[in-house]
Amino acid sequence: MTEKKFKFTIDDQEIEASEGQTIMQAADDAGIYIPRLCDVEGLRHQGSCRVCTVTANGRTTASCTQPAEEGLEVENENEELLNYRRDLVRMLFHEGNHLCPICEASGNCELQAMAYRLSITQPTKFPYLQPVRSLDASHKDIALDTNRCIRCGRCIRASQDVDGKGVFGYVGRGINRRVGVNGDNLADTDAEISDVAIAPETCPVGCIIRKGIGFSKPIGKREFDLSIIGDQPPGGSDD
Amino acid sequence: MAKRKIIEISPVTRVEGHGKVTIHLDEDNNVHEARLHIVEFRGFERFIQGRLLWEIPVIVQRLCGICPVSHHLAAAKAMDQIVGAHQLTPTAEKMRRLMHYGQVMQSHVLHFFHLCSPDLLFGFGSPVENRNIFGIINEFPELATQAVMMRKFGQTVIRMTAGKKIHGTGAIPGGINKNLSIEERDILLGDIDQMLEWAQGALKLAKDYTLDNLELVNEFGTFPSSHMSLVREDGTLDLYHGNMRALDAMGEAIFDQVDYRKYHKYLVEDVRSWSYMKFPFIKDLGTLDGWYRVGPLARMNTASRIDTPLANSAHRELKSVSGGEPNQTTLANHWARMIEVVHCVEKIKELLHDPELQGDDLIVKGDRQEEGIGVIEAPRGNLIHHYKVDENDQVQFCNLIVSTTHNNEGMNRAVASVAKKYISGQQKITEGMLNHVEVAVRAYDPCLSCATHALGQMPLVVELYDVEGTLLDQGSQCL
Ligand code: SF4
Ligand code: SF4
Ligand code: FES
Repeated sequence: MTEKKFKFTIDDQEIEASEGQTIMQAADDAGIYIPRLCDVEGLRHQGSCRVCTVTANGRTTASCTQPAEEGLEVENENEELLNYRRDLVRMLFHEGNHLCPICEASGNCELQAMAYRLSITQPTKFPYLQPVRSLDASHKDIALDTNRCIRCGRCIRASQDVDGKGVFGYVGRGINRRVGVNGDNLADTDAEISDVAIAPETCPVGCIIRKGIGFSKPIGKREFDLSIIGDQPPGGSDD
Repeated sequence: MAKRKIIEISPVTRVEGHGKVTIHLDEDNNVHEARLHIVEFRGFERFIQGRLLWEIPVIVQRLCGICPVSHHLAAAKAMDQIVGAHQLTPTAEKMRRLMHYGQVMQSHVLHFFHLCSPDLLFGFGSPVENRNIFGIINEFPELATQAVMMRKFGQTVIRMTAGKKIHGTGAIPGGINKNLSIEERDILLGDIDQMLEWAQGALKLAKDYTLDNLELVNEFGTFPSSHMSLVREDGTLDLYHGNMRALDAMGEAIFDQVDYRKYHKYLVEDVRSWSYMKFPFIKDLGTLDGWYRVGPLARMNTASRIDTPLANSAHRELKSVSGGEPNQTTLANHWARMIEVVHCVEKIKELLHDPELQGDDLIVKGDRQEEGIGVIEAPRGNLIHHYKVDENDQVQFCNLIVSTTHNNEGMNRAVASVAKKYISGQQKITEGMLNHVEVAVRAYDPCLSCATHALGQMPLVVELYDVEGTLLDQGSQCL
């Protein structure tokens, strides 16, 4: 391949990038982790959670959508960005109903793992919105507990772009925007357990539930019991 | 009408709810009536409606910070039925038993050493400054160390079976999510003989206390009652699984070998206006006579034998004190509890030598059922979990009968009996007198003893009212 290569820096470390790569992709290739929630390998970028915010030549930007450029000076790890990311993650907790101790995603959940990575142990700064949302368990194999949804849109993109179905979609606007299904309930859609949208890697939290297998991984063997999110080589869990 | 005063002993607790004792005095300062009120967690039964069946064993253990494993396992047993797992794999059943024995052991040890040993070693009326776990640490440091190490061992067993020492996830519908590794087994085996030695020491302490104070034990909160627990088909004690047996005050069977999935055909729950907690009774005997006691002493009364040698001979010795008839005291619960600690340690040792704990066959499932009832002998006594789950896997109905509820009438009787004896006719109510009442409640180890309680920091409000409701006196102390 004759890709054009160029160099830029992340936290003063010089890395190489190919044309067309985002800052995040180049960072991943160089083994530098930038925190993220809505971006996941294999799905198109959406740039909505802003947890991946870095500064590029002094301006804040979402690294999952911002193309890398020659000579760009990117900052990823500094106190200000850390605090910014913390606030974003805290707000996600406060906007939903997250009872980690009784949630089957605990230990495998990217939101929870991100909170640990960012040393958020007590989300107290913002008011709890405590939305009232019911569980949709109508489908024989799948349940949807939107109390835990962080509106990352990964399921929407997976269903549309990969499964070619459109089972999930956004409804409402602004703070009321949430994820709904294309029908009265899940049983009313053409969702199937084999859909990529339903795969465990798609939903980062405990919102899309594959029925009947909750808690079958013992504590100590769950994904983020073994390593802090981002500390394993990116893409290393693809096997 | 005689003018009455009301004394309230009102401890404030956390998770398990809130308990208070009211003692009604007449104008001669005689105890007219004494009652134990416990605000119960009925809210949980509603809270879990609509939740998914496999979440339930993890959710319901939050009912209690001291014996969460009991709720975890009772719910898992109910969910086994719902997923059609009528017989677990040997590894799953043995892992769950190991978890349960670790739990009963650590709960009993906590209760005996932290909560009760100060009363037993210093006396019920001894100065309150010393009558707590810190007094024990000062005067009996080796006991305090043993208590800590034994609890730690029990918690390690729980951690190795449930994943965490508190609020783990081990039991899942149809089985268990892990086995015991060789490394884990060897860690436990390394301490087991020491545990057995200390458990026997604790048993001796509780037994000697009972026998040395037999006169007090026989008159302190002693009254005839029925007793109920699970036993095996041959009548052997079994803390994890069995059929229901209830014996009357003379030791005659009221019912025996009842499949616990039919509990509601034998037990009915009565409601009384002054208490949030229900009063279960044995249907055939009616509301007035149908009440019964559960817990360690009830189990010693109902069980014909114990299947581990040390606990079995201790059981025979305890039974001989009441001439083979049911032991009707309140305080012999401590002795019974320590027999169970020895039994649990013996069972743990037996299990650790069983290679099936290293098996990989962990889960079974079968034909789906709508209803599941899980019953277990929790540290404090029989525990019933009953659920109905719809075709979408969502819980539609939940009924829980916890040990403290089974013991409701018994505890009320114990409080009344002790209050009449120690408070009637007294001009001034001292802390020591009130503590006698608490000792009676505490012997049943009701679920209102939370972690704060264990450290002797539970505030207790005592209020004295006359018949018009005017506050005459008030004070507070730590339970
Ligand atoms: S989805 Fe994640 S953050 Fe939310 S309750 Fe579950 S484990 Fe916690
Ligand atoms: S359901 Fe899951 S994947 Fe879909 S938007 Fe919500 S959190 Fe993201
Ligand atoms: S990961 Fe970049 S905005 Fe969400």
